Amino acid sequence: MSFLEYLFLFGSMGLVTYLPRWLPLFYLAHRELPKWLIDWLSLIPVAILCSLLAPILFSDQTTRSLELGKPEFLVAVPTLLFAVKTKSLGGTVLVGMGLFRLSAFLPI
Amino acid sequence: MGRQTIDKNKPQPDDTAWFRDGLLASWPICFGYIPIGLALGVLGNQAGIPVWAVTMMSILVFAGSAQFICVAMLTAGASGWSIIFTTFVVNLRHILMSSAVAVHLNGVRRLFLSFFAYGITDESFAVNMARFREKNWDPKRAITVNQLANLAWVTATTVGALVGQFIPRGAFGTDYALTAMFLALLLFQLHNAVYILTGIIALILGTAWYILIPGDSYIIGTSITAATIGYFFKRYREKQK
Repeated sequence: MSFLEYLFLFGSMGLVTYLPRWLPLFYLAHRELPKWLIDWLSLIPVAILCSLLAPILFSDQTTRSLELGKPEFLVAVPTLLFAVKTKSLGGTVLVGMGLFRLSAFLPI
Repeated sequence: MGRQTIDKNKPQPDDTAWFRDGLLASWPICFGYIPIGLALGVLGNQAGIPVWAVTMMSILVFAGSAQFICVAMLTAGASGWSIIFTTFVVNLRHILMSSAVAVHLNGVRRLFLSFFAYGITDESFAVNMARFREKNWDPKRAITVNQLANLAWVTATTVGALVGQFIPRGAFGTDYALTAMFLALLLFQLHNAVYILTGIIALILGTAWYILIPGDSYIIGTSITAATIGYFFKRYREKQK
């Protein structure tokens, strides 16, 4: 592919990615939002985080089938406990990484 | 010229505090982007995409999952239009994040909003929303997080395309960095029973949706459904009081 072909492809991909990121922010940030919408939107971060985490924790992502007790989930339990105890984001990331590295040596 | 004396008791204006705060908030994202970016760069390289084109894609698109799909589709010989359409569908979920972050950027200049929108990703969104809740966060710090994450992403994918094949996959458990970050951010957002219920519904529904329905609709579908059920549960609880 030539420079212009790549530019067209990635430029178009960038545009269709940018629009959904931009339109709601551009319009909603200058509007009085109704209380029900604010309440609903306040639940969106938790809902998105859980829907992103669900397949990582509970499924085999190559075959897209249910898999309970996979290392990602088993490591998540002590990682969450560490997060509850310390309230530290960076510390939790490091502990999660360390435990996940160690989980490779477990006979699971 | 007389020597300038610094009064230690007088608070000195700290012009770099916003940058330091942004850096502190964004390092887990940047850290997590390294293995993913390297992997993308390697795949792009194997698919025959030149290094400069990988960099160009990361700058113009800045969306991890869509970029992986793009590389896979290019390898499979898909048409440009089908790649663009798939990218659009995969990235529609940002509508929800953009709407939710708008609550915290109320009244901010439209030019700033237009720059800010470019950096809205799953990761920067989650980090910024958690910080905004703590009240000591502002648009300048938030966009710093967006831009540092962007810089890490562009750098990691470029390095991956250049030398990625020499780096062993999964070293230091870096594959788990973003998962651990999401877990911690999720935990920090569970303020009461409404949030916990929303999260549990999203986990169960998200798993089922992901297994049963091909594609990426599970993210938007699950998020909207779980937030809506959570919202009605909140209203129900308020009526009971």
